[in-house]
Amino acid sequence: MNVTLKIWRQKNATDKGRFETYEMKDINTHMSFLELIDVLNEKLEMEGKEPIHFDHDCREGICGSCAMYINGRPHGPMKGTTACQLHMRHFKDGELITVEPWRARAFPVIKDLMVDRSAFDRIIQAGGYISVNTGGVPDANEIPVSKEVADEAFNAATCIGCGACVAACKNASAMLFVSAKISQLALLPQGQVERQRRADKMIAQMDAEGFGACTNTQACSAECPKEIDMVNIARLNWEFVKAKMHSKAIEVDE
Amino acid sequence: MRLESKTPEGPLAEQWTKHKFNLKLVNPANKRKYDIIVVGTGLAGASAAASLAELGYNVKAFCFQDSARRAHSIAAQGGINAAKNYQNDGDSVFRLFYDTIKGGDYRSRESNVYRLAEVSVNIIDQCVAQGVPFAREYGGLLANRSFGGAQVSRTFYARGQTGQQLLLGAYSAMSRQVANGKVKMYPRTEMLDLVIVEGKARGVVVRNLLTGEIESHSAHAVVLATGGYGNVYFLSTNAMGCNATAAWRAHKKGALFSNPCYTQIHPTCIPVSGEYQSKLTLMSESLRNDGRVWVPKQKGDKRSPQQIPEQERDYYLERKYPSFGNLVPRDVASRNAKAVCDEGRGVGETGLAVYLDFADAIKRDGMETISAKYGNLFEMYEKITGYNPYETPMMIYPAVHYTMGGLWVDYNLMTTIPGLYALGECNFSDHGANRLGASALMQGLADGYFVIPYTIGDYLAGMPYNKIPTSHEAFKKVEEEVRTRLKKIISIDGSQTVDQIHKKLGRIMWDKCGMSRTAEGLKQAREEVKKVKDEFWHDVKVIGTDEELNQTLEKASRVADFIELGSLMIEDALHRNESCGGHFREEYQTPEGEAKRDDENFSYVAAWEYKGEGLPETLHKEQLVFENVKLTQRSYK
Repeated sequence: MNVTLKIWRQKNATDKGRFETYEMKDINTHMSFLELIDVLNEKLEMEGKEPIHFDHDCREGICGSCAMYINGRPHGPMKGTTACQLHMRHFKDGELITVEPWRARAFPVIKDLMVDRSAFDRIIQAGGYISVNTGGVPDANEIPVSKEVADEAFNAATCIGCGACVAACKNASAMLFVSAKISQLALLPQGQVERQRRADKMIAQMDAEGFGACTNTQACSAECPKEIDMVNIARLNWEFVKAKMHSKAIEVDE
Repeated sequence: MRLESKTPEGPLAEQWTKHKFNLKLVNPANKRKYDIIVVGTGLAGASAAASLAELGYNVKAFCFQDSARRAHSIAAQGGINAAKNYQNDGDSVFRLFYDTIKGGDYRSRESNVYRLAEVSVNIIDQCVAQGVPFAREYGGLLANRSFGGAQVSRTFYARGQTGQQLLLGAYSAMSRQVANGKVKMYPRTEMLDLVIVEGKARGVVVRNLLTGEIESHSAHAVVLATGGYGNVYFLSTNAMGCNATAAWRAHKKGALFSNPCYTQIHPTCIPVSGEYQSKLTLMSESLRNDGRVWVPKQKGDKRSPQQIPEQERDYYLERKYPSFGNLVPRDVASRNAKAVCDEGRGVGETGLAVYLDFADAIKRDGMETISAKYGNLFEMYEKITGYNPYETPMMIYPAVHYTMGGLWVDYNLMTTIPGLYALGECNFSDHGANRLGASALMQGLADGYFVIPYTIGDYLAGMPYNKIPTSHEAFKKVEEEVRTRLKKIISIDGSQTVDQIHKKLGRIMWDKCGMSRTAEGLKQAREEVKKVKDEFWHDVKVIGTDEELNQTLEKASRVADFIELGSLMIEDALHRNESCGGHFREEYQTPEGEAKRDDENFSYVAAWEYKGEGLPETLHKEQLVFENVKLTQRSYK
């Protein structure tokens, strides 16, 4: 098959950037979308031109590195699929395919299709954990967790931190990402002790990073390659309200 | 050079406890005076960084990815072993130890493997406390499944995403220490060399991948947790960025490299479909719990699988190994798949595939049960191949997956360079010649959570607190070497892309130093790799400069190291005149075609010493002593 690629090229963070068009001939339909970019890059390098820079690593849909709009949609047209797992058999012969980096103030473009998602790391650092040191923990089976709760926590925990939720949102909100972690830990018995403090801190960090507000359009969940459910955002809101309303039993200096 | 394994004396079961008591301690107030560099943030690196920071050390952690959470441990699917015996099926620390030693074809150190089995139970406790959502039974307790090479159910899992959940646990523990100011995180930063001052590892030289700047970092000890070298083969289940550079540069600075020829070819991967292919995808070994492996009895049978009646199918693993059946260890499963394909009974367009069939399991347990166990794996398979495994058998073929070889370490996980440690896949220590499924996660976390926090103190306790400034001439010299090398690569401006050269290397390695090897093939490979090296240094084309973000240069620098490591793998494979685990030399097999060890002559760890550019490496041997298991011909029949 043949396709035309229209790809965003941007030298660095200060460059204005522009689309460039590349004709791709005789593409094998079993190829993944990133392999198509590999083929293009080989060609560009042979011509002495700079290859397209993009983040990618595992190519199994789990590391969360790859991040690009394909025809205007985060990770492209397939539901529940990252760009690296998207294969050319899902495109039409002769199709024009537009490729862009994530567009969000909190994810500045680094080069071409690469963006800076370190804001996500800082949100986790703010409280996305259970504060236990190595060693000295109880036997694993001393903390029973019902299968239903464990499964629901797992569903939230499958988030790969790719940023598609932010990219899909007209407000560039990170609520789905943040809620997935808050939800996972709030559901589990191990996460109860720090439940309110965690919600409070992670949400504050999310706001500080410049992500937008959530208006419940559900675009995030629809475009999430791991199909993280909207119910997590409802849980986040509940955790937030509780954190704000709850009078602390013991006042401590922060 | 004498290799001192520092294995403690005394009965196996008491060694680690006794050793821990004998290790020197660093007073809590003094720990903050020591800086430790951790390179790599996968299971081993992240767990080490978190645990060391919790103890009070100042940790600097480095990864080449944009976030620590993306290290390739994330992609491990099936599970993690632990000798909890929660299933009451006869498991014990000794049995896990025994299975691991046997699975490794008696080429690993007893003391290390026993300790691994011993701390395995703590890992599960730790991960659950962190909120890792392992699979559970309705009663609320943890669920287990069985894995290849074991007859007990000791594998803990989180659907087909166990690695992801464990890594996010370790990443969160490390993130907490970043917030505490005890871990300083350097993402998008690649270690390009080790700095040694007065014989001790005292720092690293790294490249900031965003700016291209070469920077130095000084510390009292350096911990490498940089993963394996499977990408030597170009096509493997490793992530695109996985590389051997940190370990290889350490090797060139004096750390011995052990058993490089022990590579694991995983039996259940999605077959290669074309030249453009950038990597191979693993289908978890757990699938072999319910999937049945078969090929047609008839050569060249081109019928669709559904059209081939039961009596014309050869369930060759069940036929040849009735007691382990489809759950034989990985090396055995892989070799058998190759054998039936070599006979012309392979399936699919290329004839390089076998079926993994779930029809019987679906009939027996129902669609829902199978989907609950393997749903995400089936989906992944369908996404990649376009075929639905609920309806048509999966097609699988072996692919390079894991490397058992790595930097030589003693019982304390220290390499032959004082102050340089190697953890996880980048050391050689626990899996012998073949790793059992669900043991990589176990080893990574054992090393990071429960071994290095104890053993590093013993070394640091003898160190003065003084820091070496990065203005020290040793740092400046290495920085200059690193810069010169990168500029040299850029300046070649030849006619072949990095990938073209890498693919050539991979082809040679796969054909001649892959699933089966011969002395003749290896000798050819030796010459061919020399040629590839020459082509690289005279004809590679890298666009752009070294003073900016340049993904092609990153790849080129890694490929240059893969080529050198590939040569050493070939030498090691050629010298080891026996078959064991993942190293199968065609000249050495039993009449039934199983790997034939030579315990009398090869019951040792090969440890190679770098002698300089273009010179042959020197072989050192660490004899393996087995006091607790009897060496037998592995049998899974």
